[in-house]
Parts: sequence; structure tokens; C-alpha cells
Amino acid sequence: MVQTETIGYAENKEIIARRIARFFKTGDVVNLGIGLPTLVGNYIPKGVTVILQSENGVLGLGPSPEPGMEDKDLTNAGSLPATILPGGAFFDSAFSFGIIRGGHVDFTVLGVLEVDQEGNLANYKIPGKMIPGMGGAMDLVVGAKKVIAATTHFEKSGQAKLKRSCSLPLTAVKEVDFVVTDLGVFEVQDGHFLLLEWFAPYSPEYILATCDADIVVAPDCKQAELD
Amino acid sequence: MVEKPILTAAQAAELVQEGTTVQVGGFLGCGSPDKILAALLARHLHNLTLVCNDTAVYDPRTGRINGVAPLILDKAFSRVIVSHIGTNAETQRQMNSGELCVELVPQGTLAERIRAAGYGLGGILTPTGVGTEVEQGKQKLVVDGRAYLLELPLKGDIALIKAKKADKSGNLIFSKSARNFNPLMAMACTVVIAEVEEIVEIGQLDPDFIHTPSLFVDYLVQ
Repeated sequence: MVQTETIGYAENKEIIARRIARFFKTGDVVNLGIGLPTLVGNYIPKGVTVILQSENGVLGLGPSPEPGMEDKDLTNAGSLPATILPGGAFFDSAFSFGIIRGGHVDFTVLGVLEVDQEGNLANYKIPGKMIPGMGGAMDLVVGAKKVIAATTHFEKSGQAKLKRSCSLPLTAVKEVDFVVTDLGVFEVQDGHFLLLEWFAPYSPEYILATCDADIVVAPDCKQAELD
Repeated sequence: MVEKPILTAAQAAELVQEGTTVQVGGFLGCGSPDKILAALLARHLHNLTLVCNDTAVYDPRTGRINGVAPLILDKAFSRVIVSHIGTNAETQRQMNSGELCVELVPQGTLAERIRAAGYGLGGILTPTGVGTEVEQGKQKLVVDGRAYLLELPLKGDIALIKAKKADKSGNLIFSKSARNFNPLMAMACTVVIAEVEEIVEIGQLDPDFIHTPSLFVDYLVQ
């Protein structure tokens, strides 16, 4: 293993969010998780219109309200004040998870504690240390058509979050389709990560050397473009 | 149509006894019946069981607190059945110290279990949680080659819910994302108390736009 290095944390998150936003096409229904995944909404490319679903009962979630325009009855799934776009709709929690579990969400973007090459995701619990609960994550990962795991590549300890096999309690089994980190874009395929793109200043060689998982470099692997 | 009693929040809180299972609407405090919860807090009851999406928000650093969180701090509950406790530091503390039993349920499963109770179903089959800790102790069934967990109905003694508007018969209209679990809980509990912002005469609500019909509501609080 070579020494891992990262550039600024916030900057890394922005890169991840900007790249994920390029997955979507107009009309896609997208659910963004709390934290880093929420940032994705800031970088939807011009000309692309996605429909944001929020599990607390909103389709067509809009941007944060202007200060002073907050509505106590309208928040996002992270309890922050929200808005709804023209044409949006509200519904109860059973209906909301009918949308999610029923396969009517095109993409869900979620945070990561660990993700492995089988597509298993762990993101809701570190036994004995941090147990926030799964919230809607288990339903989202099982129900969405495509699952994108969004994460900085390394933990603060320097360990890659991409694993051969998750050791933490799983959120769902074999459901992750893509992993986007500040190093690259990976597709989960038949027991390995397929490296599709890498971010400068890194390289496929650096990614292979710093990650203890089976990673195959795609034949057409290229440097990621953000704009 | 029969008019429903309109209670004060304090009178509503009197209906809750130690040992009661209360289902409380709200999503991180949005859509919770705050007046009833404040009156319940004033009674300082213990050994209640809570069914709610979450244990609301309590952040000691910012002082932000909402929904059921003050009741958590007052140790009103011996057991909570929720999908998320990550925004209430006190819930985690009481869980770790053994003071509070926390049963974590995936949010969609929680909604369906409450719905199943109200709809008279013996349970629901969901793929959520298969292969995770959530499947422990549950029946697993394979339907058309896909594995599902049998999740059982979740009833309550008293629903404490929040709506925007009611007529005097108890027809309810919820507001925006404050709807969340409220209409589900109205069908799943023996006694249903709805805190509302506005009460209008019977006949003034368009029957096409009523979210919860009056038959489910026992008391109104304004």
C-alpha cells in the first residue's frame, strides 16, 4: 500500500457531487440522501430537469427557501426548510415508500461507511459507536432502479471505503450499481469494481495501489470530465 | 354527521396513561402535535411506548429541539419504535446506558406496519432488510424467486396526530410534508386525537380533498 493523500475535504465532496449530477437525464426521479448526496442537487447540469423525491412525502422538491420564507410544514428529509416546484405533489409516508420500494425512483444517491465489490452497502450503524438508524436508506437501496454510493475515497485513517467485503452491518445486499469517490467512478460488476473514470491528479495506478479490493480498469477508462 | 369533542391540549394529555403505546405523527418534528406533546410533557409520565418516524431533533450544541424530543429528555418512554435516532443525542445516550429500549425499523417498513394495522392485514411482505440484521427473528418467504420478510402490523393505543384543518366531525386535511405518518396512525390506533390549526363547520370541506375521513378521529384539539 502506498501512502494515501487527499486534497481539501470540502473540495473533494464538491467533485463527487458534480460528477454524480452528470448521471441524470431529464425526467429522472431522484432521491438524494442526507449530507454529501444532498450537494448533488446543486450541480444538475443546465438543460437537465430531474424530479427530486423526498421520502418525507414530496415529489418535485425545490431549493431552500429565501430567509424569512420558510414554511414550518415543508422540510426536506434532513429537517431543513424546503420548497416545492410547480407541478410537485405531497403524499403520506406509506405512499412515499410505495414510490421508493415500488421501483419508481430512477436513482438514489446515498452516503457510505463501507461499500464492497459485491455491491453490498453499510451506511447506518457502527456497533457500539454510532447507531443513527437506517431511516429510509434500506428501502431506498432495495427499491431504486439505480443506486449510487457517494463517498470520499478514504476514511480519515487512510483506509479506502471500497472493500472486498463489508465488515459493518449491511444496509442492503448486492444493490449498489455505482460508487463515485473523489478518486474515480466505479461500476459494481460480478464481484469487482470496474473503474470507469478517474479524477486528476490521481491515476488508475494510484487507485489500484491504494485500495484493497478487486478493481478492473475498464478498457475505455478515461479521465473524468466535470463540465 | 356527529360532531367530535374539542379538547384542550391538557385534556387530551390526560387520556394518556403510564404503559400506553402512543403513535405520534411527525418527521423530525415537522407535522407533530406540538401543543399536545407540551401538555403531555407537563404530566411527566414514564413507561410509555413511542411509535414515531424518529425521536426528533435535539442538538445540545445549537439548542435546537422539537417534536417528541423534550419527552425523550424527560424519560417519558421505556421503549421507542422508530426508523431514526441520529438527530437526538439523548436517545443514543439512553439507549447506550440501558435506560431506553430502541427498536429500529426501516422507514418504509414502519409505514407499512402501521398501515397494515389500520387496514386489517395480518402483515406485509417487503424485500427491505433481507440479508441484514433486520431479518433476524422474522419469517422469510420467497415469492416468484424473490425473498421477502414478513413484517407484522403495528397498532397503538392512542394516536397523537397533527393536521392543518378539520371540520367539526373530524374530517382532516394535512399540510405539505407535515402529512407524513399522521394519516396512517389515524387508522392504526384505538383512540385518535388530532391537533389542528383550524376547525370549520361540517360541510365546509370538499369531500374530494379530505385526507382522513372523520370516522377515524375521536377528539380534536385546537
